Amino acid sequence: MKKLISALLVGALMAALLVGCSKTPSTVTTDGSTSMEKVIGALAESYETKTGTSVTYNPTGSGTGIKAVSEGRCDIGLSSRALKSEEEASGLTGTVLAYDGIAIIVHPDNPVEDLDLETIAKIYTGEITNWKDVGGNDAEIVLIGREAGSGTRDGFESITGTKDACKYRQELTSTGDVITTVAQNPDAIGYASLASVKDSVKALKVGGVTPSEQTVKDGSYVVQRPFVLVTQTGKALSDAAQKFFDYALSAEARDTISAAGVVAAN
Amino acid sequence: MERAIHGVFLLLGLITVGCVLLITVYLVISGIPAIRKIGVGRFLFGTVWASTAAEPQYGILPFILTSVYGTAGAIVIGVPIGFFTAVYLAKAASPRVRQVMEGAVSLLSGIPSVVYGLVGMLVLVPGIRRLFGVPDGASLLAAIIVLAVMILPSIIKVSMTALEAVPREYEDASLALGATPVETWFRVSVPAARSGIAAAVVLGVGRAIGEAMAVMMVAGNAPNMPGLFQSVRFLTTAVASEMSYSSGLQQQALFSIALVLFLFIMLINATLNFFLKRNKEG
Repeated sequence: MKKLISALLVGALMAALLVGCSKTPSTVTTDGSTSMEKVIGALAESYETKTGTSVTYNPTGSGTGIKAVSEGRCDIGLSSRALKSEEEASGLTGTVLAYDGIAIIVHPDNPVEDLDLETIAKIYTGEITNWKDVGGNDAEIVLIGREAGSGTRDGFESITGTKDACKYRQELTSTGDVITTVAQNPDAIGYASLASVKDSVKALKVGGVTPSEQTVKDGSYVVQRPFVLVTQTGKALSDAAQKFFDYALSAEARDTISAAGVVAAN
Repeated sequence: MERAIHGVFLLLGLITVGCVLLITVYLVISGIPAIRKIGVGRFLFGTVWASTAAEPQYGILPFILTSVYGTAGAIVIGVPIGFFTAVYLAKAASPRVRQVMEGAVSLLSGIPSVVYGLVGMLVLVPGIRRLFGVPDGASLLAAIIVLAVMILPSIIKVSMTALEAVPREYEDASLALGATPVETWFRVSVPAARSGIAAAVVLGVGRAIGEAMAVMMVAGNAPNMPGLFQSVRFLTTAVASEMSYSSGLQQQALFSIALVLFLFIMLINATLNFFLKRNKEG
């Protein structure tokens, strides 16, 4: 009998644990791109102050976020690349929230200031391997990039037309790692989300255009990519999620999005 | 009452067994499809890993070799240091020195791997770059050094336990026969504790091959064939670095890598059990 009781108790405890996991209807869950942390964080904060609805964000990466929304594990998926056609065919819709410039960064001591897109592509494909060929010091160029599948890498490689051809010296798993590594190596070049670039590295001009919100918005700075909200096609969002979705795309949220360093799409 | 408690303990024990079974079954189920799709030979012995290319290639030989070389390198550096430290601490050190050093070793084992990685990234990597004049310090060498330091505590502690378990009479007899203390340690104590020391080395191998975080921060993570100053990717980091953004066959292939890693670890565990069993018998 006692055995039965204890077994029941354990069962009850486990059930209690499971209850703790289920989400309450008044929260909005988002899941996906680590590059969108800043902008989603800012939006969530301002929305929460405004309405009291809390928005959770799970920084897992674009691929995981897209998967999570297609499996219904979150309300809104976050992707820092446009959806692939096969993903759209599988019943997902992408709505562009903002545009993010990708900065090409080097060590602050590097004399190089300006590269054009073609030269950047040549550097990353290994055609140019020495800084002196592009007006810098006589030193081997150390290519720093992101891991396969990263939205930033996908964005950079598709914009520069270097898909699958980059000869990376290091493949790092976060924007912060890339910035830290480039800040430490005077011969390194890397790429990172413009919003995350700090003073410890120097963002190069591309084709004479300084990367800034202005130049990303008017399209003159060419290394940029979309931040996408992913939802299931034809399936209504929960009430709370729909409201947040509308808020994120409204004119009201534009300032919040700009404050996070990216350019609002609407 | 007695029986109820017994039942609870059994249940708790079964949780552990259940986890192992769950992980094993899950890894096998999710790891096999990609291997079958890619082909065992092309998966295990392919030298090119380009998981997101237009024509993806999933060869993990670079990762396997890197893991083997990296672990071997860590053992080559870590075992002599750890072994002699253990002999010194167990046999020669004065109680105060021993207390301080044992404390330091325990502290070393308690440092989280991400801290090893961070220090390696900020100190070791730039250091290697300057010292050896290579363009970039993130390399197999950096990973080997970090791993060597990380496996020191397990090697020292387990070896010490083995050395201390050597019956006092053996050593007394050796000393009484006129052997010097040093001769006694290396001719009597160490041979008597050899299977325990072997277990320590195997434990170190296990720790080194399974480490991901610290290695990821210093090794550069490019899927190259291993070279001392090359940027390399280990089995563990191959899974960890691409998992967050992976999809489709790429993700399945990562599970397959995890399966290969799991087999390696099982092999090491079996070796460890073999030594520990022999230790008990001998």
